[in-house]
Amino acid sequence: MIYTAGVDVGSTQTKAVIIDEDLNIVGRALIDTGADVVAAAETSFEYALKETDIDSDLIKYVIGTGYGRYKVTFGDDQVTEISCHGRGAVHMFPNTRTVLDMGGQDTKAISVSEQGEILDFCMNDKCAAGTGRFLGAASTALDIPLDNLGPTALEATRPVRISTTCTVFAESEILSWLGKGKKIEDILMGVHESISARSIGLLRRVGITEGVSFSGGVAKNLGMVHVLNEHMGLEMNVSDESHYMGALGAALFAMDRAKTAEVAA
Amino acid sequence: MSSVKDNEMWRRGNREGSALFKKWFEGLDKAANEGQWGAYVFVMGSLAEILQNFDLPIVFPEITSLQTAVRHKAPELLNEAEDHGYSPDICGYVKADYAVQVRGGQHPQGRLPTPGFAVLTNACNTYLKWGEIWERILDTPLFTLDVPGTRSVGTQCWPGDEQFEREKRYVRIQLEEMIAQCEELTGKKFDMDKLHQTLTYSNRMSAAWKEIIELNKNNPAVFNAISDGTAYLGVNNVWRGTKEGAEYFERLLEEKQWMVDEGVGAHDNEKHRLAFIGVPCYPIFREFTELFTDWGGVFVTSTYMWFASGGNNLGFQYNLEDPLDSLAEVTLIHVRDSMDSMFHPEQIVYSCMDEFGIDGVVYHPIKSCRTTSTGMADNRRALMEETDLPSLFIESDMMDKRVVSVAQMKNRIDAFFEGMEMRKAARLQEATQ
Repeated sequence: MIYTAGVDVGSTQTKAVIIDEDLNIVGRALIDTGADVVAAAETSFEYALKETDIDSDLIKYVIGTGYGRYKVTFGDDQVTEISCHGRGAVHMFPNTRTVLDMGGQDTKAISVSEQGEILDFCMNDKCAAGTGRFLGAASTALDIPLDNLGPTALEATRPVRISTTCTVFAESEILSWLGKGKKIEDILMGVHESISARSIGLLRRVGITEGVSFSGGVAKNLGMVHVLNEHMGLEMNVSDESHYMGALGAALFAMDRAKTAEVAA
Repeated sequence: MSSVKDNEMWRRGNREGSALFKKWFEGLDKAANEGQWGAYVFVMGSLAEILQNFDLPIVFPEITSLQTAVRHKAPELLNEAEDHGYSPDICGYVKADYAVQVRGGQHPQGRLPTPGFAVLTNACNTYLKWGEIWERILDTPLFTLDVPGTRSVGTQCWPGDEQFEREKRYVRIQLEEMIAQCEELTGKKFDMDKLHQTLTYSNRMSAAWKEIIELNKNNPAVFNAISDGTAYLGVNNVWRGTKEGAEYFERLLEEKQWMVDEGVGAHDNEKHRLAFIGVPCYPIFREFTELFTDWGGVFVTSTYMWFASGGNNLGFQYNLEDPLDSLAEVTLIHVRDSMDSMFHPEQIVYSCMDEFGIDGVVYHPIKSCRTTSTGMADNRRALMEETDLPSLFIESDMMDKRVVSVAQMKNRIDAFFEGMEMRKAARLQEATQ
């Protein structure tokens, strides 16, 4: 039995996944990236390895992905997170044709074929509105932990409209709504709806084809899943391991290469 | 054992082009220092053939401006223009040139003659505003050539058509007005024999340039349409209608034919043949090309080579029996084609994708040139509906490094090639099953 790993070094969190030859996830880890990107890659890999009982020698190929992919110094190669999220999503949900990956600083819309080939992609570049960072700003302004944002937003009865498109200014707008006596859950739902509108705009640029899979850290936010589903009029594919999709995709590419190398040998 | 790269032919055109460029700048510097004024013209409809008749130093401000970006001197010029009130969103070429003019023509490559006359066409709406700046700050006399453009795809008219002949007369009358204005400004008489000679050189350049472009149908490609093609374009514009220009392009054709005969490509590892739509990213010119060539991606053609060559890509030959009428005809066709290349780039891709073996298209909209960039997103969508060519959409700028994010660009380019390679591998697997 051989194993491979994928390490997804994101702007906020670093994820590592180890898979076996049957393409099952046997180890996973998620840590905050922090300032030392190289250490984050190493630590996440070590944690993922600890979750398994296998020896590191059995890991035949490691691929780094994410914005810090070139900092996975122990890796064998790098693949962009765009390809990895596409590959991971099709593996996790074979009906996937469209992927929405919402991370700390990037939101990506990816169109994939049945085989997992990337047909088109689009991502934010000049602005972090519509990304996890927007939720981070809300979390800071309202002093609510990130994990509680979604459940709190779902309690909204009269959501406010967050009109600003800037993450920085949104914080001021949130405070101004608080000043007007609006309920926290209504403000939060407004934040979620604002992000949803921007993300759907991005998705439309690659085309929303049924079989939408949601990946990235924000996929854990039930409020965001609810709003996106409602606005698109469909049920996205979401799993407890959606935020590992990029690392999983990297591990799958790594398995292809390990097997090719094995055949060649 | 000697390699083909040791041969004198290898990249001869780049070396000679570079020398000609240096000579052009030296000529401008000399003219400026002798107190001569220059004729300022643009790549789309320069009418250099007429201006040469009056022995005027010809300045292409688009080219002098882009050179400041390539040499990393643009930021201070852009800042200076912005300090004077020009918006960060307008054409970077205009701003760099404006700053050079307020510095008395001091350019990183020498001094430029002051704009004593400017020829503008309607191929780009910014040309008109640019001319108005010179007029306002330097009292520059302007001549604006209005060239009827194509209304929509497939509606072009050609010599012999009633509409074309009418439009040609319209252009010819304007050329006669321009000649009269040049005579008045210079005190020299227009010389028809000299025009005849100039057009003869232009014909040689145009014929050779067309053949060179077509030689890139060969696999491997004999030049990169961005890194090499842009250098050739520079010579194409500034040495238009000259003996030096004619000889340069004939020698360049000889070099490219030699490469074909030797089976040599511009890049060793050509894997993907790409078409480029838009204007290059000059602030990181070399790095920009390398982001593609590192993956074996070679630009075999570009819309830039079409619209920025002032129509020379078409290979049209002036009728030397009636030079002025022919100049009107070719000017009409050239400027119109330049506009079509900017506004309907998908038509260029459709027309050459099979012959050039294009397997990917790169759209490069830029912040400060809305003329070339507006509509690119829709254009790309149309291309994707019509063909199954993979395409990439990356945004940056031709001048302003502040909006060029190499890391973001690299991420998208890497993903584009990963996708292309996956698709190619899948097609190969299908074919072998």
